[in-house]
Amino acid sequence: MKHSTFIWFFSPTALAMLLFIAFPIVSVLVQSVHAPHKAVLVEVETCTPLVGCTKETSIDQEATRELREKKPIGRFIGLEIFTDRGHLAISEVKEIWSGSENFNEFFKKIGNLPFYRAMAFTLTFTFIVTPLVVIVGFLVALNVNALHERLKGVVVFFSLLPFVITPLIGALVLFWMIDSRGILGSAIQWIFADPNLSLKASTGLMWISLIVYGVWHAAPFAFVIFYAGLQTLPADQLEAAQIDGATRTQQVRYVVLPHLMPLVSFVALIQLMDNFRVFEPIVGFNADAHAQSLSWFIFNDLGGETRQFSSASATSVLTIIGVTILLLPVLRRTWRDFMEKST
Amino acid sequence: MTLASKRRSLSLRIIIYIFAALWLLIAAFPFVWTFWGSFKVELDFFSVANWTDALTGERTVAEYGQPFTDAGYEGAWIKEEFWRNVINTFIVCFFVVCTSLTIGTLGGYALSRSGYRYTLILLIAALIFRAMPPITLVSGYMLPFFEWNVWGILPTTIIVLVAINQPFTLWMLHSFFQNIPKELDESAKVDGCSQFKAFRLVIIPVMWPGVITTGLFSFLLAYNDFAITSMLLSEDNRTMVPQIAAFLGTTYTEGNVMFAVAAVVSAAAPLFILVLFFQRQIVSGLTAGAVKG
Repeated sequence: MKHSTFIWFFSPTALAMLLFIAFPIVSVLVQSVHAPHKAVLVEVETCTPLVGCTKETSIDQEATRELREKKPIGRFIGLEIFTDRGHLAISEVKEIWSGSENFNEFFKKIGNLPFYRAMAFTLTFTFIVTPLVVIVGFLVALNVNALHERLKGVVVFFSLLPFVITPLIGALVLFWMIDSRGILGSAIQWIFADPNLSLKASTGLMWISLIVYGVWHAAPFAFVIFYAGLQTLPADQLEAAQIDGATRTQQVRYVVLPHLMPLVSFVALIQLMDNFRVFEPIVGFNADAHAQSLSWFIFNDLGGETRQFSSASATSVLTIIGVTILLLPVLRRTWRDFMEKST
Repeated sequence: MTLASKRRSLSLRIIIYIFAALWLLIAAFPFVWTFWGSFKVELDFFSVANWTDALTGERTVAEYGQPFTDAGYEGAWIKEEFWRNVINTFIVCFFVVCTSLTIGTLGGYALSRSGYRYTLILLIAALIFRAMPPITLVSGYMLPFFEWNVWGILPTTIIVLVAINQPFTLWMLHSFFQNIPKELDESAKVDGCSQFKAFRLVIIPVMWPGVITTGLFSFLLAYNDFAITSMLLSEDNRTMVPQIAAFLGTTYTEGNVMFAVAAVVSAAAPLFILVLFFQRQIVSGLTAGAVKG
């Protein structure tokens, strides 16, 4: 295809992505190093005959408004927001580092800083949910593959539901069930014989239920991918293994798993990216007292009466850096694949 | 697999069926339960006294004389005017899917037919964009949108969702068009067609399966979005999902949780119908991404 034709075909989508993805990223970067203007102060001297003259400082409303209108982005402050207490908290971390005697104490204190607390939850969530999703998806795929032909369609239909459901809605549906007055909540209270047990009251239980939601939501995705992979499993390899006397576990271990390995890495990478942005379940579970994520911070900064663009932007930049680090292996692989194909 | 199934022992078969039943229960039961409970009053759905109340609807009978009530739906749809949000959602989804597919098809086709190095760079850029959590972009939108006075209206949200949809659409359609033999449009060009005419006459008639599959995923993305719609729409223009989130704020205090439950069931229903009719396309779309990705 000629370059000029390519441009004609590609320009609408390129324009859309440039304006609404690339440009906002730049905009986020710029906003993260700016803060709202300070109010312009003026000193007014008021003289009354008997008392004498007093100086008063007041806000010059007009000049402030003019300044804000002229430069809505605010004033340049450099990396100040990145290092403040709400984000990387550099000075606090240094203080804690020098003040604590061992690593345990250090991590415990670090965990009280909002950014690191959110980071701890985000990473825990990501690195527990991702492997669980792969394992559950794999087991279900093996299982469904062994079912009777007619049942498979029905099972696939119901399995897709948790995956296609709106994340917020899925989270709410589960949340209402594990509410202390819901069916699962009451069941848990009954099992542990503790009528005051409530998921909402305990950080640990809240994390567990968020992780349960994450696995419930994403396992069907892994299942569908692995199930499709199982359909392309070469029958002769499996038969050869059976003739050689391989047990069922050995067949799975040495024939099925190697065949699915590329799919496992695909699912794992997609899951890493998606779980890192965990956000809707925190809103749905009303869990922000116990668990925050980076995405939730941005949401919280932007919502409400006072929209804190600078703080939200700084968190966004940090999130983007995190995603990029997670993404590097995929990028390398894509590049390599393409190079192999083109040569 | 025939050999394997013949040798399966009875105990293994029982285990398989128990496990499958368990999985079905985990996947489907929450929906069934919520659907059933949405026709009850709050004290039955969240029953402190006895969990079987949610099945039999004891309090619902006491209040309405029958075990089922549509009070939650009436409250959500009529009193809280949820139908407005439903209409908004479908407007947003319709335009997002149409626009996204139109420009995505052109772009994806161009990517699949050009062998130059820059196609790879564009695809990788799209992959990076796909990985960006949409909420990180929102803080980039808000200030300019306020400045230009376009915040809060549906068209802005539609355009943003189209753009966020593009990376995925491009990847999907790119790999789909690669499976359509190049010889088709090459021969049309030899016969004197321009590239666009070749696309129109030769490619468009055969591209629908891939386009429909991609469209389904675009629809899901627009329908399920919460980050963008909750941040970029004003209160009057809200779509269903941010409205449900807003219900939580107001209804928990007013004691009308059942409105939210009814709204959740209403918003989930279209997705069920979608899966019912397009199960094959969804599965094939997911696996196409895995094989190519």
